[in-house]
Amino acid sequence: MAQALAGQLLVGLINGSFYALLSLGLAIIFGLLNVVNFAHGAQYMMGAFAAWMGLTYLGISYWWALLLAPAAVGLLGVAVERLLLRRLYGLDNLYGLLLTFGLALVAEGLFHQAYGNSGNPYPVPELLRGGVRLGFMFLPLYRIWVVVVAIAVCGASWFVIERTALGAYLRAGTENPKLLQAFGVNVPLMFTITYGFGVALAAFAGVMAAPVYQVQPLMGSSIIIVVFAVVVIGGMGSILGSIVTGLGLGLVEGLTKYLYPEASSVVVFVVMAIVLLVRPAGLFGRER
Amino acid sequence: MSARAIRTWAWIAMIAIGLVAPYLVYPVFAMNVLCLALFASAFNLLLGYAGLLSFGHAAFLGAAAYVTGWALRDAGLPTELGVLAGTAVATALGAVFGALAIRRSGIYFAMITLGFAQLVYFLVVQMPWTGGEDGLQGIPRGKALGLIPLDRPYTAYYFVFVGFLAGFWLLHRTIRSPFGHVLRAIRENEPRALSLGYDVSRYKLLAFVLSAALSGLAGSLKAVVLQFASLSDVHWHRSGEVVLMTLLGGMGTVLGPSVGALVVLTLENQLADLGSWVTVITGAVFVASVISFRRGIVGEVRDMVRRSFIGGQVS
Repeated sequence: MAQALAGQLLVGLINGSFYALLSLGLAIIFGLLNVVNFAHGAQYMMGAFAAWMGLTYLGISYWWALLLAPAAVGLLGVAVERLLLRRLYGLDNLYGLLLTFGLALVAEGLFHQAYGNSGNPYPVPELLRGGVRLGFMFLPLYRIWVVVVAIAVCGASWFVIERTALGAYLRAGTENPKLLQAFGVNVPLMFTITYGFGVALAAFAGVMAAPVYQVQPLMGSSIIIVVFAVVVIGGMGSILGSIVTGLGLGLVEGLTKYLYPEASSVVVFVVMAIVLLVRPAGLFGRER
Repeated sequence: MSARAIRTWAWIAMIAIGLVAPYLVYPVFAMNVLCLALFASAFNLLLGYAGLLSFGHAAFLGAAAYVTGWALRDAGLPTELGVLAGTAVATALGAVFGALAIRRSGIYFAMITLGFAQLVYFLVVQMPWTGGEDGLQGIPRGKALGLIPLDRPYTAYYFVFVGFLAGFWLLHRTIRSPFGHVLRAIRENEPRALSLGYDVSRYKLLAFVLSAALSGLAGSLKAVVLQFASLSDVHWHRSGEVVLMTLLGGMGTVLGPSVGALVVLTLENQLADLGSWVTVITGAVFVASVISFRRGIVGEVRDMVRRSFIGGQVS
């Protein structure tokens, strides 16, 4: 019994790691560009597909994919920002949401047309196969790797944003882009880089997810709706908030799967409703 | 020609087109257009007039369709009561979701409504009476007023047309009432509306509930005439589709959403054989309208008409 519970909690922790990574990217993009990147899920899916296609067609290993897939999808993000998103700054921010929603549909439709509905398995890299026996449960190495990397990436992002000069520019741009530009900082370039980085982060999460979930075109849209709920619950104010909320909700989901499996797919939305009742601004949020 | 005359002519034209439509196109297609036109018009009350982007309106359409389907097929209720039951459930859902969602604004509002719609989607997938992946099929149309059998496509069409006109007229009245003007004031400047003494939350909630109720009416009518309720009615694709209809037709215009519904459904109908390319094209149309066609078809036409008939005064 304890074994089943521990197993579900571990799965929850894995899901939570992806929620944390994805909500972090959303928060970084929203913070500076004031755009809710609806395409985040599609970009996550494209990261996973880039890894899978790299391995299948070109024999590119997992480790290279971890670097190349985010770079490729991130460059696509740069193009999107330069060609499309840029035209919408200064308008109501719902247009950014609608534009990226349209882009998500395009990406999802294209991959669906090419690869259908079925999942494509991606092998766990050799180095991370196997696991640790803990007596009460078996802990696969790759799962540990996912949790550790997710926390490390979130930590590194926190360090860059809060402790470096680049991060200081980013925070200044979030506060007041016009003033920052007056100081001679190339703010439009910063917007491009930030969007590209956020997209690359989504693609990175996609590569990490490839060996855990099946690689398939709809993997992004199903996760992004949950991530939005996570963002509503945690607020997009702080990075620590993203990590705590993401992992926490993953665990809540895992616990529900153990106690009352029928409710596991809706529990996040129920938590969202409760948080809205009790603390409308979100757990870590300040209303913008 | 005065603005009032233009409006009168637009009403006459709409009713005339509505009356002859089933003889010009396939009646089932015309019924589908009417239902989704009502759905988009109800959605537009929120987006176009109150400035609230709901990304979960499929929940109201779909829930009402399922409840009506169940009421007619499994509970054996008469048609009108079935439609009423579906609309009532959508209204209740709207009251609950609306009360929670209006606690946050802007993009959070969109994410919250999307989340609640997903909740409804999973409930519909899991509940025993909804038929899971198959949905509800073979819903009987029954008789209108207990007298007129709705089996023939033309009678069914006029049944929906009456429902559509009633809903559309109610929306039109709402938009032009003092209540509608307060909604616009909230859209333009919420703090100012608040400081003028309007209870902004109550206005938003009322608009949300009304929009949900009429979306429910659309869903119920759809279940009656198409004789099925399926998961695609509660899916988030449906919520996105209604945003596209409204945007493409012209948000904040009375006729826009209906025109948008007609265009989008015609497009989907023409492209039905192309599989997932439909999704790709829908997405591309979305991107194109956001980038360069934000006023929508009716918005553009309206401005053109105003310039040529009334002279200047483009709002």
